[in-house]
Amino acid sequence: MKENIKFKKNISGAEALIHCLLEEGVDLIYGYPGGAIMPVYDELYKFSDKLIHILTRHEQGATHAAQGYARTSGKVGVAIATSGPGATNLVTGIADAQIDSTPMVCITGQVASHLLGSDAFQETDIIGISTPVTKWNYQITKASEIPEIFAKAFYISKSGRPGPVLIDITKDAQFEKFDFSYSKCKGIRSYFPEPLIEIDQIGLAAEVINNAKKPFIVYGQGVILGEAENDLIKFIEKTGIPSAWTILGLSAMPTDHILNVGMVGMHGNYGPNMLTNECDVLIAIGMRFDDRVTGDLSTYAKQAKIIHLEIDPAEINKNVKADYPILGNCRDSLKLLYDKVKNNSHNKWLEKFSELMKIEYEAVIKNDTIPEKEGLTMGEVIISINKYTKGDAVIVTDVGQHQMVACRYAEFIRSKSNITSGGLGTMGFALPAAIGAKMGAPDREVIAIIGDGGYQMTIQELGTIFQTRTAVKIVVLNNDYLGMVRQWQQLFFDKRYASTEMTNPDFVTIAKGYNINSNRVNQRKDLDKAVKLMVDSDEPQFLEVCVEKEDNVFPMIPSGASVSDIRLK
Amino acid sequence: MDNKTTYTISLYSENNVGLLNRVSAILLKRHINIESFSTSPSEIPDVFRFIIVVNISEEKIKKVVQQIEKQIDVIKAFYHTDKETIFQETALYKVKSSSLFEERHIQNIIKKSQANIVTVSPEFFVIEKTGFREETEKLRNKLEPYGLMQFVRSGRISVTKAKMDVSEILNSFKNKN
Repeated sequence: MKENIKFKKNISGAEALIHCLLEEGVDLIYGYPGGAIMPVYDELYKFSDKLIHILTRHEQGATHAAQGYARTSGKVGVAIATSGPGATNLVTGIADAQIDSTPMVCITGQVASHLLGSDAFQETDIIGISTPVTKWNYQITKASEIPEIFAKAFYISKSGRPGPVLIDITKDAQFEKFDFSYSKCKGIRSYFPEPLIEIDQIGLAAEVINNAKKPFIVYGQGVILGEAENDLIKFIEKTGIPSAWTILGLSAMPTDHILNVGMVGMHGNYGPNMLTNECDVLIAIGMRFDDRVTGDLSTYAKQAKIIHLEIDPAEINKNVKADYPILGNCRDSLKLLYDKVKNNSHNKWLEKFSELMKIEYEAVIKNDTIPEKEGLTMGEVIISINKYTKGDAVIVTDVGQHQMVACRYAEFIRSKSNITSGGLGTMGFALPAAIGAKMGAPDREVIAIIGDGGYQMTIQELGTIFQTRTAVKIVVLNNDYLGMVRQWQQLFFDKRYASTEMTNPDFVTIAKGYNINSNRVNQRKDLDKAVKLMVDSDEPQFLEVCVEKEDNVFPMIPSGASVSDIRLK
Repeated sequence: MDNKTTYTISLYSENNVGLLNRVSAILLKRHINIESFSTSPSEIPDVFRFIIVVNISEEKIKKVVQQIEKQIDVIKAFYHTDKETIFQETALYKVKSSSLFEERHIQNIIKKSQANIVTVSPEFFVIEKTGFREETEKLRNKLEPYGLMQFVRSGRISVTKAKMDVSEILNSFKNKN
């Protein structure tokens, strides 16, 4: 008899939960077991041929892995944990997914419903705790609620501006038997994921673009989330408009595209930042004017007319007032705009970006990438990685100097390839995220680039790599400092290096303890060989590169300064 | 400095556990104090209405209402100035019964302020007054010398002068699905 998954008589809530995940196309979840979620784990055991569970070494690792998985696969990442500390350990990853719009469903066990509020063992109010950092959350106390709530959770998480959803399930609801049936959620009456595009606005914006002398595009992750990469490239090529990426927009367009002029923001490129305050029309596509992008708002692009393509109405006029807001999925709005804009080129204007790039090259990039000094720079490591990946790898970064350097110099030829913690700036993100990223794109090369500080925040996930043999490549750029904080201390706190120097363990030995091939590079002459060996391998690899201790990342817009006050040194 | 104004937020939502927490978290995150708060069923079946009064700048109220409306269970949120709404608050005053019978003034006060006596017992009586904040406050000041045993005032309830298109939103959803 053919098994009908959509209807099941008299099954437990825990089993129903598994069927919900299968119905939503989930075949891989990350998590950590514990008392209040054991009935679900018992079902995971029974369904292990259909649903793989990856045991991370900490619940935070499960969330970051789920994020990495979501970002490379485009699917919803799923993380599962027990109540109490299991649940609270998820919070950092949830907050990260919320601010970086990553679709993720988190499932937490909860004490039995009759114990709620009694301060029972491992009881914590995870609904209350997670409310400010979730797109939606819900506590299930009856098994019969499971199908509808899970259908809603996946729908909410993935639709519109994606985000994390947390479902808390009491232990008695996991045990309770009921007749299961499942249908996917197609809409919620109080939720409007994609606002209707106003055609009039498209016409007005197109006219402004057609008349612009110095138009400039800044694109963000909305392009990747909306799968609008091709529409963006078509639009840019038709209009000839110079375009810059935000950190999360990076890889939406090949980095070597002639009209791709660099990164905006605090450690972005000189030209795009300077010329933000010179363009006459600024077209923001799927980005949210984060303060690390805009610097001082009162002097940000004041001379320009702002066109803002955005799916989330709450982002319109939040930081920068939009003269022409275009609500909706940018995949749709870019298509509509494309039809209305003229074929154009802006060669003289584009030349300005090249001129400023030359200045930046002489002042910064040359020293970063082909240094004359003895010590290794982070920049040359990235260049070496480019050489052997040819821009086709997924680069996962943590937070700090190495992240900025990687996002400045890494080359990309494919979308969904730059995975980093942008909005929240979560140190410890990269190692677990790389595990998820590799599982979300198993055929791709995945390289985690991490600082020595962030690496030690989630270093236990080496155990997950060991157990699953996930072929991620780990590059630790070790300067024995919390480098970005040290840089600020040098520049703004008179070199008072308060608690930023690290006495580090032998990272190579640690990786060896997890049976991961490992290598250390101290000298320039060994770098390329070590990187090549790492990239060529089909196994997990660890590479520590000891870089110059007190290098700084430039250019830099000092906190609170204007984008055009960007410093080259 | 920002120019602060009193705004009434009217929020139409599903009646789900935790939504109150979600809305107050939005205000908390921005360090905004809630002046008054009330919730009740609305004119639409199964749709709840929250009335929240805050004192903030126009720039801030716009952003806050956008964030509130973004919440999954919120159907629609509006904000209005006092001029755009009709609003009232209700206050209850518990006073010793002895003063009702011994002090003639107190009866005049009740009459003049158009308050109602809700209940009388040998020990105490309770006065109810509905009106603007200033009116319930004035009555409180007048009754204070007689010994207020308890005083409580409700959150603001308000209806707007302009139409709110919540039913239309729900109907268009129904028609689509």
